[in-house]
Amino acid sequence: MNKVRFGHSVIPYLFLLPQILIVAVFFYLPAGEAVRSSFYLEDPFGFGSTFVGLDNYRDVLSNAEYRRVAIFTVWFTVLVAFFALAIALVLAVKADAVLRGAKSYRTLLMWVYAIAPPVAGLLGIMLFDQHVGPIVKMASWFGWNLRVGVNYHDTAFAMIVTAVWLQIAVNFIFFLSGLQSIPRSVREAARIDCRSGFRRFWTVTFPLLTPTAFFLVVINITYALFDTFGLIDLMTKNEPGNNPVTLVYKVFLDGFRGNDLGGSSAQSVILMAVVFVLTIVQFRFIERRVHYS
Amino acid sequence: MAQVHIERVSKIYSGTQRAVNDISIDIPDGEFVVLVGPSGCGKSTLLRMVAGLESITEGKVSIGDRVVNGVDPAERDIAMVFQNYALYPHMKVYDNMAYGLRNRGMPKAEIDRRVREAAKTLELEHLLERRPRELSGGQRQRVAMGRAIVRSPKVFLFDEPLSNLDAKLRGQMRVEIRNLQKRFGVTSIYVTHDQVEAMTLADTLVVMNNGVAEQIGSPLDVYERPASAFVAGFIGAPAMNLIEAVVEGDGRALAVGASRLAPFSHSPALEPGRPVTLGIRPEHLRRAHANEKADMDLVVSAAEILGADTLAHGRIAPGGTGAAPLIVRLPGNVRLETGARLPLVLEPGAAHLFDGETGRRIDLAEAAVAPQQAAMARA
Repeated sequence: MNKVRFGHSVIPYLFLLPQILIVAVFFYLPAGEAVRSSFYLEDPFGFGSTFVGLDNYRDVLSNAEYRRVAIFTVWFTVLVAFFALAIALVLAVKADAVLRGAKSYRTLLMWVYAIAPPVAGLLGIMLFDQHVGPIVKMASWFGWNLRVGVNYHDTAFAMIVTAVWLQIAVNFIFFLSGLQSIPRSVREAARIDCRSGFRRFWTVTFPLLTPTAFFLVVINITYALFDTFGLIDLMTKNEPGNNPVTLVYKVFLDGFRGNDLGGSSAQSVILMAVVFVLTIVQFRFIERRVHYS
Repeated sequence: MAQVHIERVSKIYSGTQRAVNDISIDIPDGEFVVLVGPSGCGKSTLLRMVAGLESITEGKVSIGDRVVNGVDPAERDIAMVFQNYALYPHMKVYDNMAYGLRNRGMPKAEIDRRVREAAKTLELEHLLERRPRELSGGQRQRVAMGRAIVRSPKVFLFDEPLSNLDAKLRGQMRVEIRNLQKRFGVTSIYVTHDQVEAMTLADTLVVMNNGVAEQIGSPLDVYERPASAFVAGFIGAPAMNLIEAVVEGDGRALAVGASRLAPFSHSPALEPGRPVTLGIRPEHLRRAHANEKADMDLVVSAAEILGADTLAHGRIAPGGTGAAPLIVRLPGNVRLETGARLPLVLEPGAAHLFDGETGRRIDLAEAAVAPQQAAMARA
């Protein structure tokens, strides 16, 4: 039998070209540029640059401020991803169980997703507004003087709550469709096999939901790390001095506010490496325990 | 093991729609009951009400001496085999079978003993460490059976368990299910739309249509004395010929289209003009011998050669579009020409009469069911 051969034609490469071009222009080139400039000390006024080797990295990693931001970023990412996933899962399980009026209930829960993220972010910030924010008011009932933008921990709290709130709708949609793709008969078999709904959830429903959950963990970590940039920018009101920021925001601050292009490049290279390692870890270790049926 | 009582059970959706309408079935201990009917007849709904997967709108279901209407499915002491097996895809075969037992807090050693015993019975021993997706359809079906057996429940419920298998495997599993049920003696309710499965498996057959039990009886009883035209048409393959007719003359003859037929010479006279349905099974007609007077003639339009049998399709003479269609089962060696006229004789006592409006059986005295030989007159 003859194998189909394309020979050394250029056609396959032509087909690949658009994709490669896009990746090259929007990822490889900027990434390469970041790696290059992380070895240079850029003149703040644009008058040339000096090669400094690994100095930028040394500076970044020995900087106490950087370490503080890194620790906050880890907490922020873990908390946002955890609560956004957990709350969405609870809502999805409840929505899935609703028989009457299921459609309107689901639509209500998905609405948040239909709002443009900056608008939703702004709404979240309004909720924490010092003067008119209902959450600030509610906090005051419990004697908590919530001062977003002024108190470090209060800002962190508001940031996490808003970030979680924004992400719940997306997670909800995925969890709900994941739940609905579990065959009805499998769940019914479980109902006959197991009395406790709680136990049934953890032994049958959740394991069958793991492909969705795994995907969402990756998405949520990426979200918390990168996509919360605008939110942080709005929350810190351009006064990041005493406020919590994440690593991505710090890259922006040091690079564009501090004009330290070399240091900020070194930071983004470090961040890139972290994400790279994280992705490998996720796929290597978590995916192994995921049940793709 | 236990008897099951279904007492005047109904399922009403959205206030008015009766999916199951006032059904009562008494199932003695160890009996195999088959619910059969076309799709949408309510058979699955009824089974699911027994399982507890569907709430009971009206009536009472009891298993053993206990009314189970409000009892959780897991507490009813039932096991169910689903159409698509419903195995847990993330569990190994062993765990699939052990899952229900673990949730009941059974000791590990006992679980192990039961699972291994069931695996041995079902020849699954070498598959215990596999996951469902690595199994063939027949093997999955066995695992589903195993999951039901290890529970040693009071009742087995089967929801079309064989319809996802190919024909050969279906036949094999049918025999196997029957043997297992006999061996364990567990009361079973089995839902199917396949009448061959229904006939071969059932101790008692429940033929359902539109949410109603049209007839409850032994398979032979249902075959020989169908209670309605629906049952007559549903049970038996090929289906019974159901011929629209009108009572004529002195009430002992039937008009079928342009022909006149008098199969019930001694029957109590029916009022002339009453519409009825005459039912004749294809296997109860035979070709008339050379000197025999035929009951009716068939104008052949097609022949299906099955090997053992030949099915002759056509219309009752004089033929044409107005005449009633008829199927006759003939021996396999009969060769038929399209358009040929086939003289037929009806076996004595083999014709059925149903009311033209209600479809219910019109019972004729035993002696009265002999067809009058040579009673066919042509208009």
